[in-house]
Amino acid sequence: MITLEAYFDYVILPILSISVMLVFIRLFKGPAVVDRVVALDLIITIGIGIITVYSIRSDQQVFLDVAIILALIAFLGTVAFAYYIEKQKDD
Amino acid sequence: MIDIVLALLSTAGALSILFASIGILRMPDFYLRLSVTVKASTLGVGLLLICAAIMFPDVSVTTKAIAIVFFLIITAPIGAHMIGRAAYFTGTPLWKGTIADELAGMYDEETHTLESEEEERDKGDAPNIAETEEETK
Repeated sequence: MITLEAYFDYVILPILSISVMLVFIRLFKGPAVVDRVVALDLIITIGIGIITVYSIRSDQQVFLDVAIILALIAFLGTVAFAYYIEKQKDD
Repeated sequence: MIDIVLALLSTAGALSILFASIGILRMPDFYLRLSVTVKASTLGVGLLLICAAIMFPDVSVTTKAIAIVFFLIITAPIGAHMIGRAAYFTGTPLWKGTIADELAGMYDEETHTLESEEEERDKGDAPNIAETEEETK
């Protein structure tokens, strides 16, 4: 019988790790700056998922506070990047 | 019973995050990548957070998880809209197979405001569609 803990450890977390690696390829490759911004945003979003799974596995609910902060930073970073990329064109 | 529900929710969440990352790698165009990424990753992280909300027998964790999901659902479209708008202004080319670009020539280059009159359409310039596949890859 497979336990839920083993399932989280050997299926869910590896899938999320592979996802982060695939997004990193786009972060290095991306032809435009906006591609890299979207890749960075996606990496932080997947990071929220990884933190959630890790807090389930280690039974530490405090880690969810970190997830809140990361969600805030991802949104602020994307909006700030978009604002300055749009400004940069004008000059 | 609750274990099966948790396993199903977490599998759906992890798979949709995996599909989002495959999409951002394989899609031919920035705008297609954006449209794939935002929705699928929000769904995946939301399902994982619902999983955590069910798992912990504590009201504060449930509140926190619902707050994160709510915040993600509110902010992800705003961020995607802002970055897509910035990409359109900076001249990111569209995919080679793009059929229609309704926005071509409708934006004022100086003030970045959107014109909506029909006669503005005629003097607008051609849509910024890429010549080759390699240009947007």
